[in-house]
Amino acid sequence: MMQPGLYHLLFISAALFFIGIYGFFTRRNLITMLMSIELILNSVNLNFIAFNKYLWPHKMDGLFFTVFIIAIAAAEAAVAIAIIINLYRSHNSIDVENAEELKY
Amino acid sequence: MNDLWILMKSELVITLIIFILLFIKLSRGMKNESLLALTQILLLANFIIGFFFNKQGSLFGDMFYTTPLIVLQKNILNLGVYLISLLCSGWLKKTPHLPEFFMLMLSALLGMFFMISSGNLLMFYLSLELASIPVAAMANFDLEKKRSSEGAMKMILSSAFSSGILLFGISLIYGATGTISFAQLSSQLDGSPLQILAFVFLFAAFAFKLSVVPFHLWTADVYEGSPIAATSFLSVISKGAIAFVFISALYRVFQPLQETWYIMLVILAIATMVIGNLFALRQQNIKRFLAFSSIAQVGFILVAISSNDSAGISSVVYFILIYVFSNLAAFGVASVITDQTGKENIDDYKGLYKTNPFLTWILTLALFSLAGIPPTAGFFGKLFLISAGAAKANYGFIIVVVLNLVISLYYYLRIVRAMFMDKNEQPVEKIKVTAAGKFALILCAAGIVLVGLLSWIYDYIVMINK
Repeated sequence: MMQPGLYHLLFISAALFFIGIYGFFTRRNLITMLMSIELILNSVNLNFIAFNKYLWPHKMDGLFFTVFIIAIAAAEAAVAIAIIINLYRSHNSIDVENAEELKY
Repeated sequence: MNDLWILMKSELVITLIIFILLFIKLSRGMKNESLLALTQILLLANFIIGFFFNKQGSLFGDMFYTTPLIVLQKNILNLGVYLISLLCSGWLKKTPHLPEFFMLMLSALLGMFFMISSGNLLMFYLSLELASIPVAAMANFDLEKKRSSEGAMKMILSSAFSSGILLFGISLIYGATGTISFAQLSSQLDGSPLQILAFVFLFAAFAFKLSVVPFHLWTADVYEGSPIAATSFLSVISKGAIAFVFISALYRVFQPLQETWYIMLVILAIATMVIGNLFALRQQNIKRFLAFSSIAQVGFILVAISSNDSAGISSVVYFILIYVFSNLAAFGVASVITDQTGKENIDDYKGLYKTNPFLTWILTLALFSLAGIPPTAGFFGKLFLISAGAAKANYGFIIVVVLNLVISLYYYLRIVRAMFMDKNEQPVEKIKVTAAGKFALILCAAGIVLVGLLSWIYDYIVMINK
């Protein structure tokens, strides 16, 4: 069986990154936008792990970075979901199209 | 071991204040007035302690370092937070969750301190998140207001997105060089295409946080929606901290790529000033107006950063000091008026001079300083910024900058005219300013005048920058 190389992993992570960006720009539901951001962060994790394993196996910085990204992503999601719940209470919807008071 | 206590002094004092507030909240709680007074005293003590026991050095294998210049930058931010706690006392007294608000604000400040001192991309990322997540929660502090939650939603989504972009850039840098420490990075960068791509990602993330023009769209909405204490924190303290980090990242770490970033800075500076000015012309809401004026000010900061020499650093630090005083004075007056009458539109400021001469004079002084009119410090700030930028002898660029300065005069003076000359049937009634607010406004006014006139301040910044 073929071992996956660095380029395979980089291809997957770049694809995930741009799927995340596409989702962030096109989706109108706040929870889905948050999920797109998680995709971006996970593509970064994959990047770090791949670089660490294939290019710099003796420098563990990449692995440590991944651990911290996972923790911070959880913190960010907690605050974001709290804000979204509050938005739902005032607007009765989590569609960004309905939050349109502030413009120009 | 002793070094740890002295080098991390500012961070430790802030942490101590956060814990004091936490214990007060957990035990039996205090009345808002007395808690606010206590916090103001603690913040003043924090500002004064900032001047003593300073040392140069690094900790944790170069993850954290400090120099006299960094200590000065932290002191400027401390001063700004102290002024905010005084200026917004009217709103702060009424909010039902005062200790939480200060805990969030101080955690963000702690993040900024670590960010300024960081010597490693991991440390930088962690502190950047610590500096931006609590601010989103602060923006949502008017829980019942629709606008507040909308602004906070825009803030958290755009800051999460920009940190995703920043992280992708960092991961590519790690792949290209194998290191994330600033000291090793600067010797490893050689301008290969992968490194340039990674740098563009990083630059975009910085531009997001600094609200440089193609990435500025969240700024005005967040400023308008948030309570005014959070707005002034965002526009002064967080702008200042990011500008300090941006300049040290470009000069210390990305020096080998300087031909790339010089062009990027010139284009973005022109775009930022032009768009910021044009949008500020048509604003009716004072907070939104100040948001676009602060975007235009960031453009002028970028001009100085593009110079790539030590005059760039010292003029930016000096300008931020002036910017703290002048922008906080403007936000302070707006906060007093909004707090007592609920009016936020520029039309409501017509005829303000008849009823509130004190507030009018302070706001006039602040706007003159933001516009850069000679007797005020803002003039000297702009002068040093632009002369630092002119060191590259790119005179076409400097002419565009100066033209933008002239455009900005129009919209600043429009408010001054409304206050002094326009007639209004129902002007804002006489407003009673609290003693703390009055003291802070006078402090700001004194700062606006004196920082420009006392020449040793700029000399001191230049000296410790050596």
